[in-house]
Amino acid sequence: MKTIQELEEIRKRTLDKVNQRKDRTTTRIVVGMATCGIAAGARPVLLAIMEEVEKLGLTDVVVAQTGCIGLCKMEPIVEVIKPGEEKVTYVKMDAEKARRIVREHVKDGNVVEEYTMHVIQGKILNDYKVEKE
Amino acid sequence: MAFYRSQVLVCGGTGCTSSDSMKILEKFKEEVKKHNIENEIEIVRTGCFGLCELGPVVIVYPEGAFYSRVQIADVEEIVAEHLVKGRPVTRLLYTETIDEGRIKSLNETGFYKKQERIALRNCGVIDPENIDEYIAFDGYKALAKVLTTMTPEQVIEEVKKSGLRGRGGGGFPTGLKWELTAKSKADQKYVVCNADEGDPGAFMDRSILEGDPHSVLEAMTIAGYAIGANQGYIYVRAEYPIAVQRLKVAIKQAREYGLLGKNIFGTDFSFDIEIRLGAGAFVCGEETALMNSIEGRRGMPNPKPPFPAQSGLWEKPTLINNVETYANIPQIIVRGGEWFASKGTEKSKGTKVFALGGKITNTGLVEVPMGITLREVIYEIGGGIPNGKKFKAVQTGGPSGGCLTAEHLDTPIEYDTLTALGSMMGSGGMIVMDEDTCMVDVARFYLDFTRDESCGKCTPCRIGTKRMLEILDRIVEGKGTLEDLDKLEELGKQIKAASLCGLGQTAPNPVLSTLKHFRDEYIAHVVDKKCPAGVCQALLQYTIIEEKCKGCSLCARQCPVNAISGQVKSPFKIDQDKCIKCGACLDKCPFKAIVKK
Repeated sequence: MKTIQELEEIRKRTLDKVNQRKDRTTTRIVVGMATCGIAAGARPVLLAIMEEVEKLGLTDVVVAQTGCIGLCKMEPIVEVIKPGEEKVTYVKMDAEKARRIVREHVKDGNVVEEYTMHVIQGKILNDYKVEKE
Repeated sequence: MAFYRSQVLVCGGTGCTSSDSMKILEKFKEEVKKHNIENEIEIVRTGCFGLCELGPVVIVYPEGAFYSRVQIADVEEIVAEHLVKGRPVTRLLYTETIDEGRIKSLNETGFYKKQERIALRNCGVIDPENIDEYIAFDGYKALAKVLTTMTPEQVIEEVKKSGLRGRGGGGFPTGLKWELTAKSKADQKYVVCNADEGDPGAFMDRSILEGDPHSVLEAMTIAGYAIGANQGYIYVRAEYPIAVQRLKVAIKQAREYGLLGKNIFGTDFSFDIEIRLGAGAFVCGEETALMNSIEGRRGMPNPKPPFPAQSGLWEKPTLINNVETYANIPQIIVRGGEWFASKGTEKSKGTKVFALGGKITNTGLVEVPMGITLREVIYEIGGGIPNGKKFKAVQTGGPSGGCLTAEHLDTPIEYDTLTALGSMMGSGGMIVMDEDTCMVDVARFYLDFTRDESCGKCTPCRIGTKRMLEILDRIVEGKGTLEDLDKLEELGKQIKAASLCGLGQTAPNPVLSTLKHFRDEYIAHVVDKKCPAGVCQALLQYTIIEEKCKGCSLCARQCPVNAISGQVKSPFKIDQDKCIKCGACLDKCPFKAIVKK
């Protein structure tokens, strides 16, 4: 690359791919793959998503890894941004849950509410600890 | 694995248990059985949700129906209506305000809303192994701007205007450091990135390198242009394999695009970056030790001056900044120094990344504007202390920092305010402690760490930390005296004054700050021979409360050293001479008749 124009062209060409807003044209699925995500089991989640996308023959879907989003305790985290929709954050994922998201949300357009965050008075409740009796 | 169509969570935290949540749990089991749906509904006792004022709390998933202040009499209705017929009992549902209940996007949570992400702007958003995605969010735009429209002096002026200070802990003004290095005359200069993050519990730099490696490469190249260097080194520990891998990919991609290498953007400026792996010695985070290590020598510090700006790597002028400092630079260039300086406070501009750990609900990584209070970070972003426990202290600055107490919660987070209170900003580790933490034990932990990591070059640090640790060991074993506390303070002050580098100069801080803020706990250890938090094993005794003991003999059968004896159906006794304080009896006792004090 020798000129700023070339840089600008790459920017324009890639912008839709990373666009976080609903005016994007393709679907983006990102999996948190920093140390915290991988330690919590993000690798099988990413593989399951790629497999399911291929199996269902979905086109216009970008599956990408990403860094730490900050909420390490809720990893593995998967985010889905579809054209015309606000970003959806799924927490505490596993391979099976991830496949369901690809089928029900990415393919059929129904957000899988039960895997989203549940917040009351600023507390995220999904991460409850089971106590033995 | 059994498949349940619904899950009932009953809070088993201290608050909810005291308002009979365990009886509610039993009642749920009874009712579910009555309706013959016990194979479809799982009933779970959970840890505290941190919503004690709404307790007893019951949540039904997958709907996420949140019942607050549930009474035993309500259970029958919840089971019959909600679990059998699928109609939530609206009368008992907690009315969620806006922004509550099921939240679709992380951006809508309190955890996210209070944050301001500059250094972390791309983390968790872009694919770190794809340079195009970095470019899409204005990546390498700052470099293009610098090389084609600015002089090195203008770049330094912009960084100075931003008020950015070193994010690795020292807080030295970044622009000034750049200027000093630029002014040094030499045939060769170097740019170094300090990624030797070593504080226990800190992972800010790792996350930036794993999530947005190009921001560091771009900033180092800009720095190279500003000071007149053509070579950069990133010193990163081998214990960060994912960060190292992503850096390698990023460097390769940047070279392919000509963003590293010869004649960048067609100008006559050339710059390249190499990675140097560290073996994980804490002292190598100290800049002179780090440079010794890059040169292939043992990682040990040199006296300063000369400062790296005059004589650094291979005795050439060297600019050395921390990962997070660099990650701010591209945004400062693109959006202007004044934009950055408009955030934060008078003396601490911009934002700071913190790694939240310890006894805090939302363990993770956050970036907040300077000047925000500890309370906002711990309670509003961090979600407070789990299990309904009380806040006791927060440790900032890792092994070089100190502890701050509840009375400091409303202190704004700034370099100078934290230092004035006997702690420090440090690189950004923030470890929260609750009432179950023993401050003497914490101080001992950090000192054990620095004693272990001391490189041994200077005597005050090598021997001083060892002597301090021996005194602390005595104290936690119940053999300390009041004179020991004075001796700790005296030793601490001398080690700080006489040590060669930052490691020794700050190593006594955790001890000195806990001695200052929690002296009563030290006194309890040395005078009363008690550990108020119930942590220091040697000072604890397990005893059986006679009135509560039913004489079931379960504890005696659990005890691995046969220290418990007694007649069945009459109170048992623990022989303190034999007891090894393993706690097996306490866990097993069904009547809560055994206490640890």
